[in-house]
Amino acid sequence: MPDPIEPEAPKFNSPEWLAQRDKVIRQRNVAVALVLVFFVVLFFAITIVKMKH
Amino acid sequence: MEAVQTLPLPADWRDFFALTKPRVMTLVIFTGLCGLLAAPVHVDAVLGFTAILCIAIGAGGAGALNQWLEADIDAGMRRTKGRPLPAGKMAPATARDFGIGLSVASVLIMGLAIGLLAAGILALSIVYYAVIYTIWLKPRTPQNIVIGGAAGAFPPLIGWVAATGDISLMPVLLFTIIFMWTPPHFWALALFVQSDYAKVGIPMLPVVAGEAATRRQILAYAIVLLPISVLPWWIGGAGAVYGACAALFSGIFLALSARVGLRQRTGPDDTMKPEKQLFAWSVIYLFALFGALVVDRWITLLG
Repeated sequence: MPDPIEPEAPKFNSPEWLAQRDKVIRQRNVAVALVLVFFVVLFFAITIVKMKH
Repeated sequence: MEAVQTLPLPADWRDFFALTKPRVMTLVIFTGLCGLLAAPVHVDAVLGFTAILCIAIGAGGAGALNQWLEADIDAGMRRTKGRPLPAGKMAPATARDFGIGLSVASVLIMGLAIGLLAAGILALSIVYYAVIYTIWLKPRTPQNIVIGGAAGAFPPLIGWVAATGDISLMPVLLFTIIFMWTPPHFWALALFVQSDYAKVGIPMLPVVAGEAATRRQILAYAIVLLPISVLPWWIGGAGAVYGACAALFSGIFLALSARVGLRQRTGPDDTMKPEKQLFAWSVIYLFALFGALVVDRWITLLG
């Protein structure tokens, strides 16, 4: 069975390509920030639990 | 010039998530959690959560390393060619660094927050999967699934060790159950995706030894799995609820395996329904069996 035809990717450095690139990078930055915040909270929680013991 | 015009966009967070093999991770998290909850000790919620998180991150790291090492094989298989590396969504070095980063982080956090023994076994499981299984066994021997299955059997052992701090017969039995479950689970899959494995030169048992031998071995492992799955009850490590569930679930597993083991492919139009049913039940089986172990533990605590 042939592969489904993929939508044509925007050309390199075109406004659409740059907009998509910025969107992807922004999403990645948000994801990394959330992970870092999560680990900060987790390390505080682990420290508190360890101090109790 | 054409190459520049089709330069891909940077990999987004979903591609990194896909590298961690989230569906495999679901089973890893579940069995690890069951090992932790079935242990006969009280586990602090934060430390228990951290232990499971480390198991999940370690499994994700091992999965990313596996995809980095097998990018060329994945590109040749219909089931895997859409993964981030063969699809060209990410540079191989990025996947490698991501995998190493996750693996190291998981072992470090496990060692610092939980204990060195749990961290050591986690490190061993990652190396076992990424090096011994992916690099060494998988491309060389049709018994790859049997020995490599140990990699997937580590999570309940790690969960138990994270809770208790030592290894006893019970977590070794949990390890053995998954070890014996893995070959029929994967060989059932390999029977109906056989052509894909053959195309990329992976010596899966159906490709090398033929279907008849594979079917016999599926049945043999299912026969051995039944008594082993009941052993935790037999040695007093689990109660009667678990024992009854294990006998029932493993009985169904054995019946489905017998259907696969005692038949032959009827022809090119064979839909391979018994094999697909066995594969589907094998996934449900593991969730149900380990779920029963935890429920049994809670019943014991309440009673």
